Amino acid sequence: MKKTSLLSVLVAGGILMTGCGNTDEAKKEDKPATEQAENTKKEVDLSAELTAYQKFALEQMDQFLIETEKFVNAFKAGDIEKAKAAYAPARMYFERSEPIAESFGDLDPRIDGRLADIQEEGKGEEEWTGYHKLEHALWVENKTAGYEAIADKLLADAKELHALVQTVEVTPDVMITGAVDLLNEVSTSKITGEEEIYSHTDLYDFKANIEGAEKIFEILRPKLEAKDKDLVATLDEKFKAVDDLLAKHATADGGYVSYKELTEENTKALAAAVNQLGEPLSQMGIILE
Amino acid sequence: MTVSNDGKWIDKKISRRDMLKLTGMGVAGVAIGASGLGGVMKVMGYDVFEPVADSTTAVNKVDFYGKHQSGIITPVQTNIYFASLDVLFTSKKELQELFKQWTPLVVRLMNGELMVDLTKNTRVPTGDTGEADGLDASNLSITIGVGPSLFDKLGIQHLKPEELKDLPHFPKDQLQKEFTGGDLCIQACADDPQVAFHAVRNLVRAASGKVEIKWSQAGFNSFPAGGGSPRNLFAFKDGTVNPSSTDEKDLNKVVWVDKGWLKGGSYLVARKIQMHLETWDRTSLKDQEATFGRYRDSGAPFGKKKEFDDFDVETKDSNGEYIMPDTSHVHLARKSGARILRRSYSYASGVMTNTGAHDAGLLFISFQKDPAQFTTVQNSLGRMDKMNEYITHRGSAVFACLPGVSKGSYIGEALFNAL
Repeated sequence: MKKTSLLSVLVAGGILMTGCGNTDEAKKEDKPATEQAENTKKEVDLSAELTAYQKFALEQMDQFLIETEKFVNAFKAGDIEKAKAAYAPARMYFERSEPIAESFGDLDPRIDGRLADIQEEGKGEEEWTGYHKLEHALWVENKTAGYEAIADKLLADAKELHALVQTVEVTPDVMITGAVDLLNEVSTSKITGEEEIYSHTDLYDFKANIEGAEKIFEILRPKLEAKDKDLVATLDEKFKAVDDLLAKHATADGGYVSYKELTEENTKALAAAVNQLGEPLSQMGIILE
Repeated sequence: MTVSNDGKWIDKKISRRDMLKLTGMGVAGVAIGASGLGGVMKVMGYDVFEPVADSTTAVNKVDFYGKHQSGIITPVQTNIYFASLDVLFTSKKELQELFKQWTPLVVRLMNGELMVDLTKNTRVPTGDTGEADGLDASNLSITIGVGPSLFDKLGIQHLKPEELKDLPHFPKDQLQKEFTGGDLCIQACADDPQVAFHAVRNLVRAASGKVEIKWSQAGFNSFPAGGGSPRNLFAFKDGTVNPSSTDEKDLNKVVWVDKGWLKGGSYLVARKIQMHLETWDRTSLKDQEATFGRYRDSGAPFGKKKEFDDFDVETKDSNGEYIMPDTSHVHLARKSGARILRRSYSYASGVMTNTGAHDAGLLFISFQKDPAQFTTVQNSLGRMDKMNEYITHRGSAVFACLPGVSKGSYIGEALFNAL
């Protein structure tokens, strides 16, 4: 979850109605200055790639709903260990498809908001819902009682998200910007341990973000090959470097060690590998020219 | 993009994330990123090696091409951004490619131009990060050096000059790993802090996957309107006894290497020296002056009137005492007999987390034809130097700064031509 102001964006059957909400806190990035002039030029046909990515994202969202339901069920049954075990794996589906999952301005914080994000928006703790609130209940308070309503709300929100994403139409920007944004998520919150401050399961999110970016790269690979073979070779190498580093922190059950077990040297190496992947990854936009 | 023609919409400041959320909705008929005109080559343009000339029209410009690299005898600028880098490759060939890649980029930076031209494609990040846009060359100088560890990493120890080795441990050194050593250095000096930082940032970014920053330090100097050397944070003038930048004979004696592939280059010693401002500030002026062996106001050596007056450290007063105390910094440094070209900058980087004291001091930088010159001075200071009470050496590095570059050549070519 990134701290951004919320745009109230509504989608109904592919019709876009934008109402610019609170953008006061938006970062100081101006509009892309030359964007307007480009509408008239010839378009690159990415329809097959867009369809492939949409399919991937929807599958992830299907799984996210299924796994969230399992998590909520375990939580509501008061089975703390089972809920803890289900927490990080369920979230990976969300993190993998974040470019799509985050599309819905108000649903994203309801599902994935951290207390710090909520407070930053001037809201009180009582407005905090979603996964991270339950994370706090499980790992800090070590209880589930009293949080049943939050669990129900999480499942309801997950269902709402699942319904909404069915209408999303993927654009080239969603894919290309999304791949870099997935890495940026890793660089700014996962690598610092600020995403999962109670459970310290940050490496799960880390892995999922990388997989999400890698999927986009894989879908775009043929188009990239045609434009710049070297870039593809570089990306293969850099993805492998990140994956290899992550693998060092994998556990026997297919998960990852706690963020707290990482040394400064470990996080620095991971951060450097992600940055080295991010630079070439940000060049995928060449297929659009 | 459908949304972008909506005037009301684009007038709002909007973050990229918000943009993404909107575009993610993707209505029918979304325009897919239209192409730029003509065949733009590699978007970043980094891999095209073609000579770029020193601009003849740029203002406040230091020339790149010449017998020596800039930033050594270039008149000292007001700001520095110094970066020590580690390389991520293991072959000499990759080092050569990096230097070839950097050469035209450095020239453009020193011309005050965008390091890489903008392309029409707004769907990719720009090749130059842009924060120096609209600023002139600001007398930017860029000095690139190679550290001892580089030769070991690339398995080319036979090319390592025997003078190039880590400095020995000096009395009272408290070196921290995070400010020590490095395979390469980029010294960017300019009369604008943003221009200096921009240069390092962009060269490192252009070398993504090939280098990473090990440590870096920003610094500043301020020059009195009436001339003379700048004052350090102890308020004393620094660099007074430097060789003159126009005295070629003297520079050949003190600064320039005259043999091997490094001929025309120079050794850079960098020391990050924390200065304990709080204790210094409660020291009487008399003791402060005795610490340096100079008058604070004029910068003149004890017994003299003006900053640049010559002096003999052995001179004694009628009581048989040294006029310049033999524990003073200047006395000990001069007595060593060794000379160096000092090009230091002050730094102030917040507070020390463990003590709450200023994290401030001197990014000491000196150039010499042999690092042994620095070692001789530092050893002479030894335990005697009254200054030790007020300073702690926290970082240290030594680099062989490559010879100058002639048009059509590239940074460090002599190294690659050496057998």
